Amino acid sequence: MGGVSHGSLELTGLAGDRDSRLHRLDPRAKLVGLLLVTLVAVSATPDRWPVYAACAAVLVAFAAAARVPARELWRRARIVLPLVLLAAVFVPFLRRGGETYAVGPLTVHEAGLLTLAGVAAKAGIGTLSAVLLGATTSFPAVLRGLEALRVPRLFVLVAAFMYRYLFVIVEEVSRMRAALAARGYRPRHALHAQPLGRMATALFLRTYARGERVYLAMLARGYRGSVPELSPLVFGRADAAFVALVAVALLPLRALAEVAL
Amino acid sequence: MSCAIHATGLRYDYPSGQPALRGVDLHVEHGERVALLGPNGAGKTTLMLHLNGLLNGSGELEVAGLCVGEGPLHDLRTRVGLVFQDPDDQLFMPTVAEDVAFGPLNMGLGRSEVKRRVADALVAVGMEGRADRPPHALSMGERRRVAIATVLAMRPALLVLDEPSASLDPRARRELLDILEAVERTMLVTTHDLPLAAELCERAVILAAGRIVVDGPAEDVLADVEALAAYDLELPAGFDLARLERRPRPVALARVEATTAEGSTA
Repeated sequence: MGGVSHGSLELTGLAGDRDSRLHRLDPRAKLVGLLLVTLVAVSATPDRWPVYAACAAVLVAFAAAARVPARELWRRARIVLPLVLLAAVFVPFLRRGGETYAVGPLTVHEAGLLTLAGVAAKAGIGTLSAVLLGATTSFPAVLRGLEALRVPRLFVLVAAFMYRYLFVIVEEVSRMRAALAARGYRPRHALHAQPLGRMATALFLRTYARGERVYLAMLARGYRGSVPELSPLVFGRADAAFVALVAVALLPLRALAEVAL
Repeated sequence: MSCAIHATGLRYDYPSGQPALRGVDLHVEHGERVALLGPNGAGKTTLMLHLNGLLNGSGELEVAGLCVGEGPLHDLRTRVGLVFQDPDDQLFMPTVAEDVAFGPLNMGLGRSEVKRRVADALVAVGMEGRADRPPHALSMGERRRVAIATVLAMRPALLVLDEPSASLDPRARRELLDILEAVERTMLVTTHDLPLAAELCERAVILAAGRIVVDGPAEDVLADVEALAAYDLELPAGFDLARLERRPRPVALARVEATTAEGSTA
């Protein structure tokens, strides 16, 4: 507990004005609304810039209404974004068409660059949607929203246990690392990695044993295969209005992009 | 409803074939508080898991008026509140309130009743301000108190605690003791913390190598230095049993029956 840094785990959780209207919305409304933004962006062909601009505008308005500072959004997005973009960076070298530019021994094609820009826009919008959901909705609320949206219970349970025990496991890992460091373990090349493998094994066994104990604790309190809910979610007028607003702002433009642009 | 435990010749072997319980005879009467002492590996946790039907050995075991091993376990589990040693095993829901509600909801109680019980249980352990926190944001002492609330909310007839004071600092330990002293339930407490056993329980039994080997008033059991040493137990140096004051019980135990009866029929 004390003194243990959770590193990137500190980047989860609510941000901005916790009492904003967006923070107070039903999680289902935010899940559906932000998923809609992402789907509109992802489904457009790479050169439909007005669609991307509209999606970005909706997200910026969302962030402003929730008073989530841009710096916080960037802090969270920059963890996910490189992974999302990794697959796209090779496209300019592989996709042929249009003018070509020489980059050292390699050749970059214009068509490839345009595709990269489109994919980057989609990735950025998708990431920002997810970050905004995380900044305005607590993880337990997201889980309850998913469950209410009929996502299979097993997935929701797996995600719930992951959230609950991630912190416990991170603490265990940092204790094990401290124990290795305390005995002078300083890996300098790949052959020094063996203790890390042992550590991973020990961690797996401990986690497995914990899983069994948690299951016993659940049985002890009458668990019979389903986790009942304390207070059901209420999908109110404001929630419906939010989803309708997102749909009205984006869907006509997206439909238009198919025929006119 | 009876809140008693009657174990006669209870035996259990681990799946590896190694015996864990070799004929346990233990009788705990309604309203008693009993400390279950013994060295590591004596079978204490194994015995506790039997009380809730989580393990099923041979021999006779009757808990809270129900014969364990016959009929559905659900009734038994609502009558016996088991508090595990590691609160991180016990608290598995995303927030404190949801975790405390888990047991009562499994009992099939209505939502308004569940909410009342969650609020009552959190007040009983002084955690009413933590309802919406995730368990990982609590201190060890707070997690332990919430773990106790999770079973108090089920209004069990019998409370079984595994090492309740393990890894607590002295202040958290004192707060926990104050909470447990105020709980009006038949109680079985496994512990290596002998001063806690002396303060909380009027009776102590020692389990060693799968059998109950010593059984008597806590003062007598804990004063017998040689018997304690024979089973790898020892009071802290300088601890004076004679100066220990056990606080009087808070409420007449008659009320236990009223609340548990209401709980089991709801």
